[in-house]
Amino acid sequence: MELYTLLRAFADSWMLLFLFLFFLGVIVWAFRPGSRQAHAESANIPFNHDDKPAPAEADPKEARR
Amino acid sequence: MWDYVKMIALGLITVLAAIAASYARDLAYQVHAVIIMLIAGGMFLWTVRNADEPRSMAVETGYMDGVIRAGVIATAFWGVVGFLAGTFIAFQLAYPVLNFEWAQGYANFGRLRPLHTSAVIFAFGGNALIMSSFYIVQRTSATRLWGGNLAWFVFWGYNLFIVLAATGYLLGGTQSKEYAEPEWYVDLWLTIVWVAFLAVFLGTIIKRREKHIYVANWFLLSFIVTVAMLHVVNNLAIPVSIFGSRSVGVFAGVQDAMVQWWYGHNAVGFFLTAGFLGMMYYFVPKQAERPVFSYKLSIIHFWALIFLYIWAGPHHLHYTALPDWASTLGMVFSIILWMPSWGGMINGLMTLSGAWDKLRTDPIIRMMVVSIGFYGMSTFEGPMMSIRAVNSLSHYTDWTIGHVHSGALGWNGMITFGALYFLVPRLWNRERLYSLAMVSWHFWLATIGIVLYASAMWVSGIMEGLMWREVDANGFLVNAFADTVAAKYPMYVVRGLGGVLYLAGSIIMCYNLWMTVRAAPAKATAPLAAPAE
Repeated sequence: MELYTLLRAFADSWMLLFLFLFFLGVIVWAFRPGSRQAHAESANIPFNHDDKPAPAEADPKEARR
Repeated sequence: MWDYVKMIALGLITVLAAIAASYARDLAYQVHAVIIMLIAGGMFLWTVRNADEPRSMAVETGYMDGVIRAGVIATAFWGVVGFLAGTFIAFQLAYPVLNFEWAQGYANFGRLRPLHTSAVIFAFGGNALIMSSFYIVQRTSATRLWGGNLAWFVFWGYNLFIVLAATGYLLGGTQSKEYAEPEWYVDLWLTIVWVAFLAVFLGTIIKRREKHIYVANWFLLSFIVTVAMLHVVNNLAIPVSIFGSRSVGVFAGVQDAMVQWWYGHNAVGFFLTAGFLGMMYYFVPKQAERPVFSYKLSIIHFWALIFLYIWAGPHHLHYTALPDWASTLGMVFSIILWMPSWGGMINGLMTLSGAWDKLRTDPIIRMMVVSIGFYGMSTFEGPMMSIRAVNSLSHYTDWTIGHVHSGALGWNGMITFGALYFLVPRLWNRERLYSLAMVSWHFWLATIGIVLYASAMWVSGIMEGLMWREVDANGFLVNAFADTVAAKYPMYVVRGLGGVLYLAGSIIMCYNLWMTVRAAPAKATAPLAAPAE
């Protein structure tokens, strides 16, 4: 099979399906139960550290859990 | 040790640039080689004079704001240059005598037009995006920029790119691709700078001290990554000589046209939309002092925008050699794109819900709101114009130019002005702006300027389109091309006046920002410093 035909067939079948499912997944993920808290946290990020960086030891990826 | 490596590298670049200048096959290349030789030579001398001097070993802990201050100055400067060039070429169209005989071949409309578009999009818009992404990514990651002086390399490297591009256009160094005019060596340089930009941005996100990546950073990252991809693919070309600026693109015919408009429309979609949405998602909540209206909506419209924009390019090629299915595909995606665009607009505007009174008292928020309004308007107009039947009337007319300018002046310009007014007092540690009255003057001058511009171009464009297709009872065309040119004259004068107002507003802004730094009272709080630990 020609490379163009192969890629084209892939693009309008499996890749299309993958991208579409990915997008549906994003919507489900955004509206998942319990996401409100996480979204509120994210939305308030601009108001947290205006003047100087967060101190190094308080690594939130560990500390906040 | 590092000093000696730098010295050798800079010395080599100086010598190679000197050789290139002497072998140069055309003027643009020669001037560029001389510019590079002078810059590299100057940096070489500076490095030699400072080699082995003791340096302070103190580790900087605060935010890296010096490069952002430089970016603010560059944004304001290039803005005025770009608006001035635009106003001048608007009057060149109305009064052809302004294509001076003594400057033929250098300062006529054909040479100045790409200078104007690149000055506003890449110099003004690009510097605005780089400086605000450096500001935003630090504040929302709660950490200093990654890579130390690499950020300065990005700033100076990008501005060198702009100088090379602009001087190249005037001297005829262009590959004639719209919004991608710079020749091959300038493209290669921009690629290096852009990869450094990506490294600084991504490095900062990776070492962030916030749990989540704020939505503005998603938009800014998509802008950086996509522009890198677009730039590399659209500029694939083989130079005719290593000592000349001419090159031959690797695509030909309709493939070349398709790649060009895939690039061109995504330059609009990711440079002028995704990047500036990143600015909106930070500066509007900050100025309104409330979080974004809906974080869920921001996630969904981000992914929808990313997935859809990349397909919209073919709508620039209706009624061409491009197959119909491809231009229909572009048209359909353009129309679907209306939804995520308005998702962004609604999210920006509704961030003000509960704080609408600020519109009365705060001219900066007013500027941002008008900017979002123009975003909504031009992202409605764009899909409409991409419909094949509408395009048959609008294409090649001034309507397109009006559409682009309501987006660029209204959305990109106004949000950037808002960001500049937001940033200057903070970056120079001032209590407030020098004059809010001047911000109001700027706001009204700019808004009236855009309205004059856009309405003149609607009238002119639709008139022109209708005159072109008018046929008499026997099926002969009624109007000669020159008839449409003559009929557009009054609209061209109005458009030029709109440009004068917009330019005047930006000069007032520069004076206001300058006086803010010079004369506004300093902030009373203690200077920024990391606490002793």
